[in-house]
Amino acid sequence: MALPLVLPFDLVVIGAGPAGGAAALAASEAGLRVVLIDESAAPGGQVYRAMPAGLSHSDGALGPDERAGQALREAIAASSVTWKGGARVWSISGRYRIDTASTAGCESFEAPRLVAATGAHERIVPFPGWTLPGVIGLAGATILMKSQGMVPGRRTLVAGCGPLLAAVAAKIIAGGGEVAAIVDLSSRADWLKALPGLASRPALLKQGINWFLAIGMARVPVLFRHTIVRAEGENAVASVTASPVDGNGRLSGGPERTFEVDSLAVGHGLVPGAEIPRLLRSKLAFSAASGGWIPVRDTFGRCSVEGLYAAGDGAEIAGALPAAITGRLAGLAAARDSGALDSARFEILSEVTLAAFRKTLAFSGAARDLMRPRPAMIEDIAPDTVVCRCEDIRRSEIEAAIAAGASEVNQLKHFSRCGMGPCQGRMCGDTVAGLVALHAGSREAAGYWTGRPPLRPVPLSMLLGEFDYSDIPVPEPAPL
Amino acid sequence: MKPAYDLGIVGGGVHGATVALFCARAGLKTVLFERGSLCREASGVNAGTLTMQMTRVALIPYALQAHAMWASAREWLGHDVGVVVCDGLSLAFTEREAELLTFRAGKRREAGAPISIISPSEAMAVEPGLSEKVLCAGHCKVDGYANAYLTGLAFRRALLEAGVDLREQTPVSGISREEQGFGVATAQETVPVKRLVLAGGVWLEDMMAWFGLHLPIKVLINQLAVTERIRPVMRTVVGIASGLLSLKQYPHGTVVIGGGWQGVGDRKRGGVELLPENLVGNMRLACHAIPALKEARLARAWAGLEAETRDALPAAGPIPGIPDAYICGSVHSGYTSGPYIAKLLADRILEREPIDPLFPIDRLLAPQDAAQATRPLSTHPELAGADETPHSL
Repeated sequence: MALPLVLPFDLVVIGAGPAGGAAALAASEAGLRVVLIDESAAPGGQVYRAMPAGLSHSDGALGPDERAGQALREAIAASSVTWKGGARVWSISGRYRIDTASTAGCESFEAPRLVAATGAHERIVPFPGWTLPGVIGLAGATILMKSQGMVPGRRTLVAGCGPLLAAVAAKIIAGGGEVAAIVDLSSRADWLKALPGLASRPALLKQGINWFLAIGMARVPVLFRHTIVRAEGENAVASVTASPVDGNGRLSGGPERTFEVDSLAVGHGLVPGAEIPRLLRSKLAFSAASGGWIPVRDTFGRCSVEGLYAAGDGAEIAGALPAAITGRLAGLAAARDSGALDSARFEILSEVTLAAFRKTLAFSGAARDLMRPRPAMIEDIAPDTVVCRCEDIRRSEIEAAIAAGASEVNQLKHFSRCGMGPCQGRMCGDTVAGLVALHAGSREAAGYWTGRPPLRPVPLSMLLGEFDYSDIPVPEPAPL
Repeated sequence: MKPAYDLGIVGGGVHGATVALFCARAGLKTVLFERGSLCREASGVNAGTLTMQMTRVALIPYALQAHAMWASAREWLGHDVGVVVCDGLSLAFTEREAELLTFRAGKRREAGAPISIISPSEAMAVEPGLSEKVLCAGHCKVDGYANAYLTGLAFRRALLEAGVDLREQTPVSGISREEQGFGVATAQETVPVKRLVLAGGVWLEDMMAWFGLHLPIKVLINQLAVTERIRPVMRTVVGIASGLLSLKQYPHGTVVIGGGWQGVGDRKRGGVELLPENLVGNMRLACHAIPALKEARLARAWAGLEAETRDALPAAGPIPGIPDAYICGSVHSGYTSGPYIAKLLADRILEREPIDPLFPIDRLLAPQDAAQATRPLSTHPELAGADETPHSL
């Protein structure tokens, strides 16, 4: 089998959530030949994730996310965008060649411009028992419920911070599950402070109020300013213990409360998945408020590497609507930069979009503030708590590697194997960098993992296909 | 000004760190400058293979000694660097490869490597994971691998214990010649040293320019890949007749696939880009050799730089015309042979007679540069006619 032909496009968009979808649509409306690639079978990303073929919502009632997802899928289907679903990007080379692998085979695409819209991943600051079966991320729980219509367990404790807490608890209740309690890092005062920002988007505020009503109706105890101190169980989580904290996430010594549960949904905010800018060595900057290391970019998402644009939560945590707007801006900029849009048209289109963007800032600022990292949580991780769960590396081992001279995260990776596992450092990266920063002085000094392909682990069988020995272009022998 | 240090070393890879270690243990007050962290370039990101079957014939005697050093790293280095000693196989899948393999194994055997050619069934007994498509194999008992990423940790501890003044994250911007040695210029200060070793890997070309010498160093961009942990699928180091494959499964279950397939990069930017065709080719070759490897998922791929001189033999010895200055690097399969060659240079600096000859660089310099030489051109027996060494059968 020969290697695939390289298919030429004007723009490649990686990630088909609200950001990537909007980027692809905007660029294609402006006349660019666009290919949109995502590892999911249908566009939507995580927030607008479609149910797999053959499944549908039993009650037939669609929520706002489902409706937005359906609209996005219909718009992409009706557009001239070339859709490549179920495809994993495993290589980005040149400026730019994108190689994908899927069950249908390998494909290669080439374009002078690339939009990275790969979304975010969850931050879970480790606590004893967080690796037990039955413990799931908050965002992971929403995916389970959205795409499979499944609740995480019969009796779930929902913990962490931010609007997802209420969303997950309400969805569990609606799905017939029981919520044992909500354990929220934020205080009532934090929520009140966030209220004006959240109220700036009435539809979302209304949705939020409905969530809280459902939670109140179900008489779910809400523990404000509390955190999970441990999850316990023989083979799976059986109980979860919470304790009061201060605004920094440090235990304040108040009474513990233990809940019998069979699942725990926990999340401490989101981290931008800036893998592509990182891989392409685009300039990054650390911003705790934005979720971590984010690509340096202009208003339209143009990164420091020519032809690369970043949009959505992969560029800065802001949520679905701002993601669609930054995606559209990136798509317009790509069209402008390739000459498909003249400057007047670009001005008009982008001005409207920027105005819409400014209207979202109050809401995403408020949500981000609720989800902000609490530094003391990292400082207080117990020595024998597993931090890197792929490689089973405990905090004490990380501290030993730091004491042995690991001064930044990549050296720490060498010293400890931390971050070398199948999650490629996604789960532990933010925590590990936080631990190194305690010694190195700052997150900037602690650095970030060097970007490496593939973007996600890929089965060799998928990548290599069927081949004969004569198909392998073995180079000339090395000198004897 | 009296030099504060007996010895200054620029470059903290296996070569520089080994010279520093043995010289400091022998009592020289030693300072080592590394622009980044110890052993984070070629010495930390290579495939860790410790094989004779990819080693250049002229280096076999050195590689055998170095293999013994790696195998006993715990004793002299204080850390085992994850070294596993095991059998090694070099495979032939075509008649042409079988011919190449037999010829090359013969040459390497003459140089001292205990390689024999074995049948497919014998090879299968050594490595049950092997493909049935093998025509014959070179078999060597002296083989194995290290966990290259542990190299920096191992040397860091050892150097600090030996009292080396270790200056990581300290790039050197130039060298000045002083009355009693050299001044090593860093952003913070100029450090006076009596003797100097340049051990900068692919950056040796830039470092030699500090002395106005032109030593051309070719930069190879070697691609590597590692799988997720999988069940045991192999127990030996597996290569191929042409040398374009190195494959082994670590005790924790990951399989590292290398062999020198080229990516994109240079000494200024490092290994910036991996070529997908070359990754696919390399991984296909790996799966052709060990079919069960197809079960694995590719977890990570990267590129490491390797330095090569004009004749692909090391640059290890005094710098011509510059008393008390030495060079050490550009060793083909340098991770394998590095510690021994660096130890020989340490012997030379310590005014002990090295057991094996070094690789003086007079042969590699432009004529006007070589004319500076205070020593006659190399009489190294194996360097004579090195350029005529057949590059392929």
